[in-house]
Amino acid sequence: MSISLFLLLLLALAAAAYVAGRARAEMVAGGDIRRLHSLPRQHGLNLAIAFALPALVGYAAWRMAGAGGGLWSTLLILALGAASALAVWLALKPETRARNEVEAATKLFLIACSVIAVATTIGIFLSLIFETIAFFQKYPAAKFLFGTKWAPDFRGGSDLGVIPLLWGTLYVSAIALAVAVPVGLFAAIYMSEYASPRVRALAKPAIELLAGIPTIVYGLFALITVGPMLRDWIAQPLGFGTSGASVATAGLVMGVMIIPFVSSLSDDIINAVPQSLRDGSLGLGATPSETIRQVVLPAALPGIVGAVLLAASRAIGETMIVVLGAGAAAKLSLNPFEAMTTMTVKIVSQLTGDTDFAAPETLVAFALGLTLFLITLALNILALVIVRKYREQYE
Amino acid sequence: MTAPTRSLLVADARTKARNRAEARFRAYGLAAILLSVTLLGILLVSILSNGLSAFRQTEIAIPVTLDAALVDKGGKGDPASLRATSATAYGKLIAKALKDELARRSIPTGGLSDKDIAALISEQAGADLRNRVLGDPRLVGQTVTVDGLATGRIDGYFKGRVTLESAEKDSKIKPEQLHLADAMRDAGMMALRFNSGFLTNPDASEKRPEAAGLGVAIVGSLYMMIVVLGLSLPIGVAAAVYLEEFAPKNRFTDLIEVNIANLAAVPSIVFGILGLAAFINFAGLPRSAPLVGGLVLTLMTLPRIIIPARAALKAVPPSIRDAALGIGASRMQSVFHHVLPLAAPGILTGMIIGLAQALGETAPLLLIGMVAFVRDMPGLPPGGFLDPATALPVQVYNWTQRADPAFTERASGAIIVLLAFLLIMNAAAILLRRRFERRW
Repeated sequence: MSISLFLLLLLALAAAAYVAGRARAEMVAGGDIRRLHSLPRQHGLNLAIAFALPALVGYAAWRMAGAGGGLWSTLLILALGAASALAVWLALKPETRARNEVEAATKLFLIACSVIAVATTIGIFLSLIFETIAFFQKYPAAKFLFGTKWAPDFRGGSDLGVIPLLWGTLYVSAIALAVAVPVGLFAAIYMSEYASPRVRALAKPAIELLAGIPTIVYGLFALITVGPMLRDWIAQPLGFGTSGASVATAGLVMGVMIIPFVSSLSDDIINAVPQSLRDGSLGLGATPSETIRQVVLPAALPGIVGAVLLAASRAIGETMIVVLGAGAAAKLSLNPFEAMTTMTVKIVSQLTGDTDFAAPETLVAFALGLTLFLITLALNILALVIVRKYREQYE
Repeated sequence: MTAPTRSLLVADARTKARNRAEARFRAYGLAAILLSVTLLGILLVSILSNGLSAFRQTEIAIPVTLDAALVDKGGKGDPASLRATSATAYGKLIAKALKDELARRSIPTGGLSDKDIAALISEQAGADLRNRVLGDPRLVGQTVTVDGLATGRIDGYFKGRVTLESAEKDSKIKPEQLHLADAMRDAGMMALRFNSGFLTNPDASEKRPEAAGLGVAIVGSLYMMIVVLGLSLPIGVAAAVYLEEFAPKNRFTDLIEVNIANLAAVPSIVFGILGLAAFINFAGLPRSAPLVGGLVLTLMTLPRIIIPARAALKAVPPSIRDAALGIGASRMQSVFHHVLPLAAPGILTGMIIGLAQALGETAPLLLIGMVAFVRDMPGLPPGGFLDPATALPVQVYNWTQRADPAFTERASGAIIVLLAFLLIMNAAAILLRRRFERRW
């Protein structure tokens, strides 16, 4: 019996249990539902839960064990649920606390849903760690961590050093931050300190629109517009290279993408600086820009650092822009107009297409994923701690 | 001896310098905003100018006689014997019809060989005609007008992508063919028409960019959004309700909160690795399936839904809860009967924005095999959730990896479709907020 058919049957029978429970409660009450502790509706729900919960748990357990799915086993499981529902039906009295039972079950469901977030983190960690261990059994960890050459070869004898990929990742992110931090910060300062409400109402959504655009759009923009432009106008005339895909292309476009992250977070933080600090400074005769530079920004600095760290974590984990804009050649070079590659690009290239999960060339993607996860995790937690601490300061 | 008189009405050098610094600083801020808005404009203009032409496609109108002796070799007229004729045979039929039509209209072919003339028509035209005949066997023996697609290079010529100079160097097109195309356009045989196939056709192979469409990708994205909506709405709301209304302050709930905040910032590609390891390698679900894509996107979207949902619940004033509790409702009833309905507009707004983000996400889908070439439409739900499909953003990526520049136009066109969907979703979110938002 297929899962969807089973679920449909379960749903139908649970509905029947609900109707039966309601009817039974009304009968027990003898026409006057004020005699009941709980409403008939709640008795019905209680009966439906009493039927569906054991049946669902039984079915899941059976499936996990690798058996089940046959007609007889399914009927047995449904009979189990029916027996539990029957017990509740027989025990139904006016003073039965059906509402409390239903609410306890609801609360369990709510808790289970919240725990999914923790389960996801554990799932990410486990899926990364197991395959990474498998990788390190086939390829020495020291060579991965300190190797300066990246040349995967599915016939064996690959060099899988992470250093060139790490270099590419950091280089692209650095360019992106060099674009986004000044622009984002100045935009935030202007919007919170100078702009009239009308300008603010127009500019803020426009900048935030940049954050709502999917990264594949930025990737295509890098590939068909920014890359050729940089190549034809800057790189080729100055003799820096002939590649459209380059660190500068990916970095510039990624910088545009993270402007709104820097600006909206900084905007919140600058707004949280108490007005009394500004008034004090202005009262002493400082100009608005002096007030901002010497009073507001130092007070907001921890929060802004947090915002920049979050933006950096975003840049390091970004995939589509670098896949389309940065190139695929792993290189250790200082020339920003040369094609280089990042960890995320290599995760994509090693895991798409035909993959062999026994080869170190495939498994290396999990080691790269773990490295990426740990770097971004460290940045995120650091940023969260800083921002949280800072918020408390002025509350 | 008196000090030199200094008027407060005349600015001294130092004040002037300070005022200049002030003006400069202000200009920097304005410049930063203008720069951001300009970049947004350039981005949109670049995509639109590259992609709008994908919605129009060159078609050649040719009258073709469907000779029963050629089309229906079995001679029985039933679908089985019609199916025995290949698309290539139909292609030859169309090529011959084109040659005859050119001769009838006495359009000079400029010494082109029959093969070169046939090369003006897409290989897809034969397959389309075959499907048309299979759908309506009574057409056999009649003369029908075929609106065949022109090949990508001819299409590119009318859109300005291919020029006579570039054709000189191109092995796939000759300048003479372009002259012939000009003559055919002047004779009314060839024209740019609205390209409905772009929205309905499946992807096409490297050799026929003119036939490639977004049909499978749109259906795949739609299926994934159904999965994401169906799972993340109940789970996200339940988690938000628990954390905001019921959770005691202890280390366990603190752990959950830190987890959610962190998951919202984990790179999306890591979720792809999780999907590959957990859903495909461990649970054994098929690759390229919308169900797997939907599950991965659900895990990714959940924290992004929980955070705004909590904010919406928090915005409901405690007096509402107190009033409900005061007249004897249980805590569960006060939440589900009063707080949740009042917070619903805010929750839904967050949900739509989360869905829009999920719709545009690409990287995790690449890892679970949605980048594969899929010709067949996935079936109807629920079985269709396990059929191979692609997704809109992945189709864009896929097309950027092809050599023919005609696919770049298609990729930009697909972005326009994607952005149109996002625009609709975000507009719905804004409308919802405007219409139902309540300030306490």
